[in-house]
Amino acid sequence: MTTMTYREAIRSALRDAMKREPRVFLMGEDVGRYGGAFAVSHGLLEEFGPERIRDTPLMESTFLGAGIGAALNGMRPIVEIMTINFSMLAMDQVLNNAAALRYMSGGQLNVPLVVRMATGGGRQMAAQHSHSLEGWYAHIPGISVLAPATVADARGMLLAALEEPDPVFIMEHATLYPIEGEVEGTSGACDIRKAAVRRQGSHVSLITYSACVWKALEAAKRLAEKGIEAEVVDLRVLRPLDRETFLASVAKTRGAVIIEEAWRTGGLAAEISAQIMENVFDLLDWPVQRVCGTEVPAPYAKHMEDASLPQVEDIVDIVEANLL
Amino acid sequence: MTTRPAPKRESSRKRHSLDLLRQMLLIRRFEERCSDLYQMGKIRGFLHLYIGEEAVAVGAMQAFTPEDAIVSTYREHGHALARGMPATELMAELYGKVTGCSKGHGGSMHFFDAEKRFYGGYAIVGGGLPVAVGLALADKMMGRARVTACFFGDGAVAEGEFHESLNLAKLWDLPVLFLCENNLYAMGTALAISHSVTDIAFKAKGYNVPSQAVDGMDVLAVEAATREAADRVRKGGGPELLELRTYRFRGHSMADPELYRTKEEVERWMEHDPLPAFIKHLRDLNLLSDADLAKLEASVKQEIDEAVAFAEESPWEPLEDLAKDVMTT
Repeated sequence: MTTMTYREAIRSALRDAMKREPRVFLMGEDVGRYGGAFAVSHGLLEEFGPERIRDTPLMESTFLGAGIGAALNGMRPIVEIMTINFSMLAMDQVLNNAAALRYMSGGQLNVPLVVRMATGGGRQMAAQHSHSLEGWYAHIPGISVLAPATVADARGMLLAALEEPDPVFIMEHATLYPIEGEVEGTSGACDIRKAAVRRQGSHVSLITYSACVWKALEAAKRLAEKGIEAEVVDLRVLRPLDRETFLASVAKTRGAVIIEEAWRTGGLAAEISAQIMENVFDLLDWPVQRVCGTEVPAPYAKHMEDASLPQVEDIVDIVEANLL
Repeated sequence: MTTRPAPKRESSRKRHSLDLLRQMLLIRRFEERCSDLYQMGKIRGFLHLYIGEEAVAVGAMQAFTPEDAIVSTYREHGHALARGMPATELMAELYGKVTGCSKGHGGSMHFFDAEKRFYGGYAIVGGGLPVAVGLALADKMMGRARVTACFFGDGAVAEGEFHESLNLAKLWDLPVLFLCENNLYAMGTALAISHSVTDIAFKAKGYNVPSQAVDGMDVLAVEAATREAADRVRKGGGPELLELRTYRFRGHSMADPELYRTKEEVERWMEHDPLPAFIKHLRDLNLLSDADLAKLEASVKQEIDEAVAFAEESPWEPLEDLAKDVMTT
């Protein structure tokens, strides 16, 4: 086992994939000479050259669309988009082409494209760099959406995504890049179908993904001091959702709190809540609760941003209010 | 691999001319039948007819090999027929039948044929250009001497993706040939009221992409210009753009009341109808007899009759397959 950061884990996966498979290449804004806006691809230009580490002009729609075309024509492109907010400029290519081409062509074409992007708040980046729009992507049939919370998943999910025949979007929470974790340096692709129970518990299920997994684990620790054993479910895969795992957890604990940074209205938390109602309603001891981002475009000032995002205390409070 | 040069010998010149004429006739008659079938309710959704623009698809398509890739628009019946996609499968697609070229998933705007490397009709204006750039990128990275032909209309030129795609294609010297079918209208909005500069070929110069305006009503002019450009692109000369100046004689779609242009304007353009013009040209050169023309018309009619019969008789996709082709696994 090696200790590495989330950022290094992604870089190691990129490097291994490019060494193994000559059709894999990376393109995006500042991925080469700059080394990646979050330094993920640092050093790869020197190692693999400008043909395979391609700096693109600022044209999210066109370089993502070019990724689609290259994928259709035999390559294995990885497209990096600096932040999920910028990816809105490419949404036409995502929705109308990447996600639709297989179906629209009657199954003749498939688009083996991997797109990585940074997401999430907590760095005082204000209202055009901080959002959690994963739920928008998870709404779209025809693509997979991954949200690695751990260092091991950061590596394994990228390698797994490169084995998929259809488009995979990997949402990397920007606050996770410096976190450290243990990872097998030579590990390959990991599972990208199942959610993971990160902590066993019997009193309540904390269902979440990405950076909020760590907040839920901290909340579970504090709740344990008060005799409440919380189970933490890391969704990992936002599309297709692994219903089985979170429903089994709720069936066991009889209570659910769903936590995500995204805005409450029409969010992924609402979808999970609905699935719980549809499937295990009779087993619930209390109504499903949500801890979501406040519906504000995203503040700059730290105290305001902190207040707008789910915090450990919010999770602890809502569990206590329902269980104590 | 290079394309066959335009034939020089008299007999093969006649054969080639009749082949061009037959393809143009096939598209014209196919579209006329589509219009009838639409009015009968056999074809639904949007139907954008290509009538008037046949010389563009037929002339341009001569320049591409089976290994080249074609990217098209929602007005792509002509491109698909000129590429050699069977009329049977196209008509079945318009009927929404499972035997259609896209299994009835796409309809008029989304024809696909992986074997013919026909990468589809894109109905978000401009949305096909980045895909074409990517197809060409893969060819370049894999060292294949192939061209990607990217058809789009004048409307797409107003979209950001046109400018982004020309920039990226030139920056990376990609083997893509941009083919702008300028029919003067983006749906109902005239070029003159949507562009500060209406000379599309000129716009390409801003990206250092070689470009040329061509009479899109003259099939031979289109063929010659496209062959020359495609050969340069194939040899690694980087992307080029042709502006093919043409006109559609029918409305934007079947739903178009045509409030934005005058009858006189349409009539003026119909005097340049590419079909009678080419027929006259061939007659003047003694390459076409009345009997030849009658034979062509009859064979085209038979092909379309067969396509309609095939579409009528074909089965529907079973309901249980509704979501089958969304993901591979």
